Amino acid sequence: MNTPLRKVGVAMLVMVVLLMANATYIQVVKADDYRTDSRNVRVLYDEYSRQRGLIVTPDGAALAKVDPSNDKYKFIRTYADGPMYAPVTGYYSINYGSGGLERSEDDVLNGSDPRLFVRRLSDMVTGRDPRGGNVRLTINPAVQKAAYDLMTRKGYTGAVVAMEPKTGRILAMVSTPSFDPNKLASHTTKEQVAAWSQWRDDPKKPMLNRAISETYPPGSTAKLLVTAAALEDGKTADMPVNTAPNVKLPGTQTTLENYGGAACKGSTLKEALRYSCNVPFAEIAGELGKDKLNATAKNFGVGEDLTVPMRVAGSSLGPLESKAALYQSAIGQRDVRLTPLQDCLLSATIANNGMAMKPQLVQSLLAPNLSTIEDYTPIELTGDAAMSSANAAILRDMMLASEENTKGAGKRGDIQIASKTGTAEHGNDPKNTPPHAWYTGFAPAMDPKIAVSVIVESGGNRGLEATGGTVAAEIGRAAVNAMLGGG
Amino acid sequence: MSTPLADPASAQFATNPPRELPKRRGTELVLLAFATFIVTVALVLVEANQEQELTSSIIWLGLSYLAVLTAAHLAVRRWAPYADPVILPCVALLNGLGLVMIHRIDLALAERAIQQGREYTPDVTKQVLFTAISLVLFVVVLVVISDHRTLTRYGYTCGLVGIVALALPAVLPSSLSEVNGAKVWIKLPFFSIQPGEFAKILLMIFFASFLVTKRDLFMVAGKRIVGVELPRARDLGPILIAAAACLGVLVFEKDLGTSLLFFGVTLVMLYVATERVIWVVLGVGFFAAGAIIAYNLFTHVQQRVRNWIDPLATYDDPGGGYQVAQGLFGLGTGGVGGTGLGAGRPDMVPEAKTDFITTAIGEELGLIGLTAMLMLYLILAMRGMRSALAVRDTFGKLLGGGLSFALVMQIFVVVGGVTNLIPNTGITAPFLSRGGSSLLANYILVALLLRISDAARKPAVRPKPQQPQAPLAEAHTVMVQRPPATGEGSPS
Repeated sequence: MNTPLRKVGVAMLVMVVLLMANATYIQVVKADDYRTDSRNVRVLYDEYSRQRGLIVTPDGAALAKVDPSNDKYKFIRTYADGPMYAPVTGYYSINYGSGGLERSEDDVLNGSDPRLFVRRLSDMVTGRDPRGGNVRLTINPAVQKAAYDLMTRKGYTGAVVAMEPKTGRILAMVSTPSFDPNKLASHTTKEQVAAWSQWRDDPKKPMLNRAISETYPPGSTAKLLVTAAALEDGKTADMPVNTAPNVKLPGTQTTLENYGGAACKGSTLKEALRYSCNVPFAEIAGELGKDKLNATAKNFGVGEDLTVPMRVAGSSLGPLESKAALYQSAIGQRDVRLTPLQDCLLSATIANNGMAMKPQLVQSLLAPNLSTIEDYTPIELTGDAAMSSANAAILRDMMLASEENTKGAGKRGDIQIASKTGTAEHGNDPKNTPPHAWYTGFAPAMDPKIAVSVIVESGGNRGLEATGGTVAAEIGRAAVNAMLGGG
Repeated sequence: MSTPLADPASAQFATNPPRELPKRRGTELVLLAFATFIVTVALVLVEANQEQELTSSIIWLGLSYLAVLTAAHLAVRRWAPYADPVILPCVALLNGLGLVMIHRIDLALAERAIQQGREYTPDVTKQVLFTAISLVLFVVVLVVISDHRTLTRYGYTCGLVGIVALALPAVLPSSLSEVNGAKVWIKLPFFSIQPGEFAKILLMIFFASFLVTKRDLFMVAGKRIVGVELPRARDLGPILIAAAACLGVLVFEKDLGTSLLFFGVTLVMLYVATERVIWVVLGVGFFAAGAIIAYNLFTHVQQRVRNWIDPLATYDDPGGGYQVAQGLFGLGTGGVGGTGLGAGRPDMVPEAKTDFITTAIGEELGLIGLTAMLMLYLILAMRGMRSALAVRDTFGKLLGGGLSFALVMQIFVVVGGVTNLIPNTGITAPFLSRGGSSLLANYILVALLLRISDAARKPAVRPKPQQPQAPLAEAHTVMVQRPPATGEGSPS
């Protein structure tokens, strides 16, 4: 019986050798295919152990950096002024992935961008762990801080966006209330989970980047757009306008009235903008029609797919299906929805002689050794001006007059701001819901360095009485002053 | 050599006085210490990579492992002193690595549970408990079955109990017997067992004893059909019924892995007993036919085959290749050297603690570790096979051969399944995988192997060898040799 036993022994040997051969095939020949398969999540975990690149301000201060950590991930992501910059940097979390710039510039930050390939090779040769590249922002810390501090001090829910009109560089992107990305980057799972679930369940949605991810009815700031379209259509600042306190929406029994139901204090287009009368703009928009409005809006960037490089929610005038719709849209109600960034683009475009520049948040991408991989140059958004520079100058003068008429704190004699306020009704019962307060403008009016837009949701601390002037203007001016006058 | 000797085995004692064969228990102790060392290092590595600190679990895990091993070694010293010294250390190392791996995956799953705000009960505690219970059973088998030949008396009983145990889950309602689609359990209020694991051994005992008694009939009493000698149906009857019952039951229980295991072992034992290759050919033919029928009848078989052909293609299907693909991802990520113990992500593979524990080893210890593990199984089975070759009785040979082959067959089915060499069928890796039934049954299997190897290496109890009687005239004074001490084990 020993002969067959020996043969079974050989068979056992063959079986185990087969297993080994197959294991060798998988772990040597096919290993790379399996390792790099997109469904293999292990790759992702590897990434968390890499030295991620920095996110820095133009003068080199690190907003997001890595510190060495003595655990299995080797490095921990830390954020300076986490809540203030959270809308810009986003977050980077082992359990919850990444958001904001951390996500949109992930390839550079984690070092997998093809432009970092040569450096990765040299890292491999020198035996150094691969490092990620750095991202330099366009943010101006002073403006960011001024806007964020004032918004949080007042307890406002809303957003502030500031940009350089000539280049489209974003100088500030604030969204309040905010969150601290440091807690999500924590290597303590409990802390991550607690923070995430707290913010997720918070009705004020602190993780929402209101500046680019949320759209609002723009209220009277939309009148800038209507005025631009009217001027382009050949109308002048001095054209007479209807001063009636209200107008019936064509084809309906509803009336549209001026703020407070009063008659318009001015009788020209210029004065209508100064006093923000509703009736004249409704009528002008109705006269211009859907196509002309849309054409102008398009060159202001409305409807454009924007990435800064985070994706910006789409702004739109709505379908404008009837004359009544045109009337209401002219004053920034009905279906008109703009992101605060898009609202800021209105001012920036006027400030830049009618040419909209593509908003951008990233100044340049840097290799780990700080040599430049790519410098972003300003580019025109659509290539077509939203309005002629002559008309832009006329509109600027109208906005100067509007600023003159706008109340609120923060005015300084030495800085000339051109602005427009807005008070946007919203909700199911607009008359009894505190309106959104808007303020958008640029300064210095004659040589614009900064355009800014502010939205304070639901009246801030003023409730139903809130207007753009009383609530939002102060914050916009603070941002401008931080840029131009040192606080 | 003036006088022919009655027993050739005692030829070596012809000129020298019989001496005691070395028991090699010291070798076993050294090897066990070595296994303990490896397991301890592995445990420390896991803790260092996972927790960044050495926790108290090292102490209690290590100590209980050590205690269990010591008990096993002492039991072998006492009750199977001549047993092969390599078998127990191999088992100890595999069992230890299994515990470390289960502990390692526990740590990862516990962390994930915290993330999701759930409670998590580690499995390793249970597994240590099962190891201890297994060792008790191991000792009981060694003590009760002091001679494996006594088992022949219970051949048919074992067969009957085995079949009943195997069939029981199929008969029981699903609520009492089904886990993850396989009806192979008996779920009791306090614990669950997989009777199939034990039936495996009982049926091997039955086959061995049956084949030993009918061996000659198989070989001579058959008819010749087309040049092939087939045994008479009435001789073959019981074995066919048993085999058919096994397969039928397993088809109903949807446990393809165990079915394959039974089939392979039956075939090999039949071949060893009869020395006819025709059995293997016939068996493989039947198997092929059965496989084709099963493929056409059962959708879950078709799914398994699709997953086998390309697990990545059926990745997203329900019941598709997700699990195998995850295992392959792990193996691919591990590569040749592995990610290091505690530094990989084996917990991402479903069932990482049971069927897929070998991919966890392949991920963290790499091809090198996986190969070493396969070598351990091979050495273990080969030592068993060596004992089967050396033992003197045919029952011992047949049973030893069957048990050894069963070990390799199990590892072939499970590792072949998770590495996509054969369709994945889901059985446990002996000694490594979490699971009480599997551990208990395999420790019993090893106890039987040790018993057979003890019998193989124990000096044969024979009538006192006739001292060659020199002619009286030439006789001279000789020292009277005392009979050799028989050690602690009493000769049977």
